[in-house]
Amino acid sequence: MANKLQVEAIKTGTVIDHIPAGQGIKILKQLQLVELKEKITVGFNLPSKDLELKDLIKVENRLFTESEASQLSLFAPSATINVIENYVVKDKFAMSIPDVVEAAFDCPNSNCISHSEPVNSHFTVKQKTNDVQLKCKYCEKSFSKDIVADL
Amino acid sequence: MANPLYKKHIISIPDLSRDEMELIVKTAAKLKQAPDTRLLKNRVIASCFFEASTRTRLSFETAIQRLGGTFIGFDNGGNTSLAKKGESLADSVKVISSYADALVMRHPQEGAARLASEFSSVPVINGGDGSNQHPTQTLLDLFSIYECQGTLDGLHIAFVGDLKYGRTVHSLTQALAEFGCRFSFISPEALGMPEYLTDDLDEKGISYQRCDSIEGVVDDADIIYMTRVQKERFDETEFKHMAAKYILNLETLNGAKDNLKILHPLPRVDEIAVEVDRTPYAYYFEQAENGVYAREALLALVLNEDI
Ligand SMILES: [Zn+2]
Repeated sequence: MANKLQVEAIKTGTVIDHIPAGQGIKILKQLQLVELKEKITVGFNLPSKDLELKDLIKVENRLFTESEASQLSLFAPSATINVIENYVVKDKFAMSIPDVVEAAFDCPNSNCISHSEPVNSHFTVKQKTNDVQLKCKYCEKSFSKDIVADL
Repeated sequence: MANPLYKKHIISIPDLSRDEMELIVKTAAKLKQAPDTRLLKNRVIASCFFEASTRTRLSFETAIQRLGGTFIGFDNGGNTSLAKKGESLADSVKVISSYADALVMRHPQEGAARLASEFSSVPVINGGDGSNQHPTQTLLDLFSIYECQGTLDGLHIAFVGDLKYGRTVHSLTQALAEFGCRFSFISPEALGMPEYLTDDLDEKGISYQRCDSIEGVVDDADIIYMTRVQKERFDETEFKHMAAKYILNLETLNGAKDNLKILHPLPRVDEIAVEVDRTPYAYYFEQAENGVYAREALLALVLNEDI
């Protein structure tokens, strides 16, 4: 058990585990976790059984929704999300790439009508060989996921 | 049974099925033969041009009047109180759609027509939204091809010129792919067909080739669809050197098939020599006229259950 990570148990919160190494920092930024002012424990480049190295994020007092989980899956499809209440895992989301991502990111097309009107951004997700592409419902332009999320 | 386009929004070519496109084309042909002034009788159509586009607007307004309808609207949205008071497009559309039976809309921003369709209580017809879609242009192109070839199936279409920025080329390719056409793309390298579109063709198993010159395909093409290469995109010497390759004149047409027709969304500058106008291959002026019939067909179909 020499490689076992010593993670302090949390009472209430979320543990995002099995994040591919290097993606953890993107997830912190994407979900604006640091701005929460809650206690966050981050582990980068931890040894992992399945992946060579993994990242891990624990956020206290913050429960993730299914829609946040689907945003995450664009960046870390292998990650697992454990929602913890009273020291027990109350919910466990396995990641899967969603068909649609709504209200998560702004459309990168600056002339897209969605920026100035009372609507949520809305992308349909298409998996390509080496990329995930997001197509805006309004302007119909397709973008690589990295452009959409500006990471 | 109601026609499948009754009360539908017409926003984007990929929304339309092959059958729906065929219905529009055949209805346009019928209305060209036999105008019917009862189809929009007692109907008021809102013609909302948030951006000027004289020809599109005039052809819509002609179509409305020829079918016995009337229209309300504006032709320069930037100058209206809508823009000056800073009202959202969503709110403007909600109000205007309560006055009219259908709403034709042109807007400088991409996605405006889709957004309008979410707030409108009546069918929205997209008359062009920024650099995105211009479905009535594509439908008039389809109608013209059907009219001059007698079919849309299995034709060889050569697109020439600026294939990168030409939205008419993009949607027409998407539409014709539904009919099993094959394509030749003839353009300067920097203005080639975007990859996402050729990816779609690959996925559908549609055959296409990129070629260097019009001469290489003229003996096999059924349609040559010309577009303009904009000078502004190149420096002057580069432009002169290159543009000559994408100009159509009598010589270029040596060996053309009898049924070949040349289309162009107009206005042309010098990419088709005037001498070509007198050949039986020229079809671009008929094509421009056909805009009215294609728009008549759309309006008639979205506003009449049976037609
Ligand atoms: Zn967009």
